[in-house]
Amino acid sequence: MPVDVLMPQMGESIFEGTITKWLKKPGDKVERDEPLFEISTDKVDAEIPAPSAGVLKEIKVAEGQTVPIQTVVAVIDAAGAAAATAPAAAPARTEAPQAAAPPTPPPAPSAAPATAAQASQRVAVAPASAPVAAAGAPAMPRRDGQRIHSSPLVRRLAREHNIDLAELRGTGAGGRISKKDILAVIAAGGSRPAAAPPPAPTFAPPAVAPAPAPPAVPAAVPGAPGTVVHVALENAVPRERIYFGRYEVQPMTVMRQRIAEHMVVSKRVSPHVYSVDEVDMTRIVQLRDRTKNEFEKRFDTKLTFTPFFVRACVEGLRAFPTVNASADGTNVVLHKEINIGIAVALDWGLIVPVIKSADEKNFLGLQRAINDLAERARSKKLKPEEVQEGTFAITNPGVFGGLMGLPVINQPNVAILGLGAIQKRPVVIEDAIAIRSMLYITMSYDHRVVDGAVSHQFLQKVKKALENWSENIL
Amino acid sequence: MLEAIRQALFEEMERDPAVVLLGEDVGVYGGAFKVTAGLLERFGWERVIDTPISETAIVGAAVGMSYLGLRPVAEMQFIDFIACCFNQLTNFVAKSHYRWGAPVPMVVRGPSGGGVHGGPFHSANPEMYFVHTPGLKVVYPSTAYDAKGLLKSAIRDNNPVLFFEHKFLYRRVKEELPSGDYTVPLGKAVVRREGRDLTVVSYAAMMHTSMEAAEVLAKEGIEAEVIDLRTLLPLDRETLLASVKKTNKILVVHEDTRTGGIAGEIAALVCEGAFEDLDGPVLRVTSLDTPVPYSPPLEERFLPDVQRVAAAARDLARY
Repeated sequence: MPVDVLMPQMGESIFEGTITKWLKKPGDKVERDEPLFEISTDKVDAEIPAPSAGVLKEIKVAEGQTVPIQTVVAVIDAAGAAAATAPAAAPARTEAPQAAAPPTPPPAPSAAPATAAQASQRVAVAPASAPVAAAGAPAMPRRDGQRIHSSPLVRRLAREHNIDLAELRGTGAGGRISKKDILAVIAAGGSRPAAAPPPAPTFAPPAVAPAPAPPAVPAAVPGAPGTVVHVALENAVPRERIYFGRYEVQPMTVMRQRIAEHMVVSKRVSPHVYSVDEVDMTRIVQLRDRTKNEFEKRFDTKLTFTPFFVRACVEGLRAFPTVNASADGTNVVLHKEINIGIAVALDWGLIVPVIKSADEKNFLGLQRAINDLAERARSKKLKPEEVQEGTFAITNPGVFGGLMGLPVINQPNVAILGLGAIQKRPVVIEDAIAIRSMLYITMSYDHRVVDGAVSHQFLQKVKKALENWSENIL
Repeated sequence: MLEAIRQALFEEMERDPAVVLLGEDVGVYGGAFKVTAGLLERFGWERVIDTPISETAIVGAAVGMSYLGLRPVAEMQFIDFIACCFNQLTNFVAKSHYRWGAPVPMVVRGPSGGGVHGGPFHSANPEMYFVHTPGLKVVYPSTAYDAKGLLKSAIRDNNPVLFFEHKFLYRRVKEELPSGDYTVPLGKAVVRREGRDLTVVSYAAMMHTSMEAAEVLAKEGIEAEVIDLRTLLPLDRETLLASVKKTNKILVVHEDTRTGGIAGEIAALVCEGAFEDLDGPVLRVTSLDTPVPYSPPLEERFLPDVQRVAAAARDLARY
């Protein structure tokens, strides 16, 4: 029995995903929940498990292609595999206390679904909250054998206006023919395919805006409400001045594009101003050197500098709530949660997982959350909500030896703290020169909301918290 | 809203000497939420009766009063305790007129609902136990105007009426009420906000959440029509179907828990009456299928909020 594999919805505000890598080839055997392909969305990259065991029959969407959620990206032949995988699965099941040798086929979880309804349930790798589940509207066969997804209303209107739904292309979720689509056809005077958005070529001039709304759609239809607006990435110089000599063109990954768009928007919207301060980290460096082995032994997690910085920022943010804020037009949104994003450098880009309610965690809790998020960022296991709802961010160019960095604000925050490398430097303390572990901290802030006075007081607060650290961390 | 309810009680007791109040602490103390404050002083202990702590006794006495020609209004100190009277209400009160021809013109009212950190025993929304009981009427207002007008209708109605007062709204919804006598008819929903893209059906506190969500959605170009049910039994089929035929999509929002909530009933009603007008699935945003948590952060997670309503509405609008 063929089981459709769908592009999952990875979060409430995510409508499309790009297949970055197929982990199986057609003809390969797959187990249920075995990683099948990798995707990249606006928010996260993720491995998607197979919805069913079987043999990968067909890949319908090639690597690099971006498709709407709920699109069928592959087909697994589950029936073929039931026989093949059932014996393999059976031994695992016999671990159950009552291993009565069943004369009938074993209840292997990978067995082929009995009915089509079950099949479509299994296919729903998307979160349960997604209303656009595979088993949505009943469908009729499309001419090329695909099912047509519409709705009772659309089918009634089609009947009343003699419109053949097989000739329409839908713009609803998963390509469904929606009320909007059929009303557009009716308004245009009959059965006519609505213009579907052309698939974006892998390497296209980036300045081209996404496909405009089909001309047949009446003006009253809102412009795809809620969709993510991608800014066009412009070139600073004419294209012919870019290509010369020997070169190789690499398309940006989805993540690279999102970073690029985000940075352009952030710099355009937020007037960035920068503050720099210097922190004597000697006390914390010594504390960490002294306790890190014991810490790791006792709590089974590594002791890093990051939780110290997070804790210090929490103090600063508590004292200066306008730094823990967002701007919305002429309003300043003061966030009551303190959710601190931590920039994690990846081999393939950068992501900012968020420690939610950082002010409510103790030191060990912070350290665990940081290590867990960083680890899962690197293994592509972050959930979309774990990179959202940050209220402030910390980035650490120091890990690569940078003395200081002036980061770009991670929207919709109004400030970001940059940490340089901790370095032993000669410093003057009460007319004596001493060797101390010193650190430059920088803050980029949105001058619409935060002024220099606040920014420097915030940094002073952070500095004091670090230099006078007294909390026992063991 | 609290004051509107008090006014309704006051005016009905002025108008009709058959109207009497009974309940725990309704007299000397003026009610746990002060809904009945001042009524004892005005109408005397024979018409404003403090009872022992026995909900069964309160409803039982009210039935007897009804049979003898009075129009009792019984208060549950918290509506959660109405469960004590389940047998009387479902087996006796609801069937009395049908079985013996003896009408029971009584009202059982009390504070209901969560959002005030009342915990599992002081936050319930038990309306659906009774919506499933033919012979009762169930009312659950969301505004001060409606609370007054509906309570007056409930007292004047010859059927037993359960009147749920959302305690989160008691002191939060305020409006100027017209002077003089007015009523709001039972069994009639109202369109609180016109819209073309989808219908959001709700009642009580969630009506306000739905209206806020509709404002959020409007900024994104999604026009939600918001319907306030006001009466859950009998349900206003006509208003619901007319709206679905206009917007072609419907989302039900209720604070009651999910399984067996009125959203399921409305989904069935819409499928029966307007299937060929649907351009998307009937969706619901409800509380979770758990008791109401005591912990404030957990309760916030448990209850539907503007974001959850708006997110579901967005999904549905885009469907």
